[in-house]
Amino acid sequence: MSDLYVTMTRPDSIDIRVGAGPRDTGNVAPLLNEVRHALVQLLDTGKETIIDLRSIPLGPGESERLEETLGEGEIEAVLHSLGRSTIRETAYPGVWLVTHYNEEDEIMGKFVEVTHIPQILKSQNEDINEGLQRLGSTLEQTH
Amino acid sequence: MKKDQTLGEALRLKGISRRGFLKFCAATASMMALPPAMVPAIAEALEKARKPSVIWLSFQECTGCTESLTRSSTSTVEELIFDTISLDYHHTLQAASGTGAEDAREASMKENRGKYVLIVDGSIPISNPGYSTIAGISNEDMLMEAAEGAAAIVAIGSCAAFGGIPQARPNPTGAVSVSDLIKDKPIVNVPGCPPIPVVITGVLTHFLTFGLPELDHLGRPLAFYGNSIHDRCYRRPFYDKGLFAETFDDEGARKGWCLYKLGCKGPTTYNACATTKWNDGTSFPIEAGHPCLGCSEPDFWDAGSFYQALSTPTGDITRNTLYAAGAGVAAGAAIAAVNRKHRSSAEKRHEKVTIDDLEKESKS
Repeated sequence: MSDLYVTMTRPDSIDIRVGAGPRDTGNVAPLLNEVRHALVQLLDTGKETIIDLRSIPLGPGESERLEETLGEGEIEAVLHSLGRSTIRETAYPGVWLVTHYNEEDEIMGKFVEVTHIPQILKSQNEDINEGLQRLGSTLEQTH
Repeated sequence: MKKDQTLGEALRLKGISRRGFLKFCAATASMMALPPAMVPAIAEALEKARKPSVIWLSFQECTGCTESLTRSSTSTVEELIFDTISLDYHHTLQAASGTGAEDAREASMKENRGKYVLIVDGSIPISNPGYSTIAGISNEDMLMEAAEGAAAIVAIGSCAAFGGIPQARPNPTGAVSVSDLIKDKPIVNVPGCPPIPVVITGVLTHFLTFGLPELDHLGRPLAFYGNSIHDRCYRRPFYDKGLFAETFDDEGARKGWCLYKLGCKGPTTYNACATTKWNDGTSFPIEAGHPCLGCSEPDFWDAGSFYQALSTPTGDITRNTLYAAGAGVAAGAAIAAVNRKHRSSAEKRHEKVTIDDLEKESKS
């Protein structure tokens, strides 16, 4: 094995090309097909699908390619809680891209949600109740 | 977070909305490698989770495991998880030292007897206890005493899980793993040199939410160690096509082909590096162009050269395989031929023969 090292060129003569070459895992196309099936299911049965993009091996640049393919739709919302989260409908209605960031703006989770509206966009009963109490005490103070 | 508070109560007191909590649960599910459909169950469990006491013992180790954990991104999610445990003893991280530190350990063990989680990093020397002591107490004595009152033990890093580098031949200190000494407690092994930070926190979160995770035959949580690096590697398609880098600077290396022939231990290594990745999800060794060393497997240090293809013995045969094989299919056949001939010797050298090898043989 040692003769492997002998045949090596010097580090500075190695032609380094960032992102060069085919690094396709081939996972983008099946993923898009899964989204297509999920859309059919949403229309037929109303069943929602969530895909965790971090659980799927994607090569360098593939995640970007997937997002490019999904494109941008009519709605983009930003949630501000524990850092920001972007909730964006893609060019395909019913297909949403939800990205959670932490307070340092590092990605904590990235999901494709096939749904009429992502759960996290809806006002939550716990928060509504808390807001109701706040409104109540504000009214008590002012009147 | 006070000791009797649940996580749900603590978050609400911090002014975190239900939306924020749902986001926290989604990120936690992703971190624990659980499907997004589990989020409601995680939300319910985390809502009710109470702060467990954690005692962390460091024995024959390099502090790399603690480094891995504390150098992980200071993300809100991980911070919150650490808010939810009470780290009562960790001699590198705690402010107290000397008698004060040891008193804190003993007080916590007494107060939380039968309920605390014991985390261990580092192996335990048993041939001469003098090789590693804390406050004059041998590692073995300290472990046995702390283990007795623990609800569960988490062996962090390959040293605590399998003996690791201290146990490498000729094992001068007589290093053994936690599970070599303790047989009557649940032990979760979280190997790796070091383990991935979110795997450490993920295991703790799992314990907090659903109790002990499901383990493989080596005591590793299946959620993180259920797949081989090879199975989840983005270079796997090149392996399947028989496209291999032959040296670190050839055309194949530049094109990002499979590193199998450069000694990659991905096919026999079970860990989450290929999907979870390192440095806040930037990349992992194979993505940086280096073969997997197999650091989360037992005896990885003694399992032959890091740069020798799996299941191939030393000497000329390796070179012949590497250079005689031209096209990928021929390479596969050549490796298979070597496999057949040298499988028994490879097994003796801990270089496990895999299903992939067998598949290759059947094709040739």
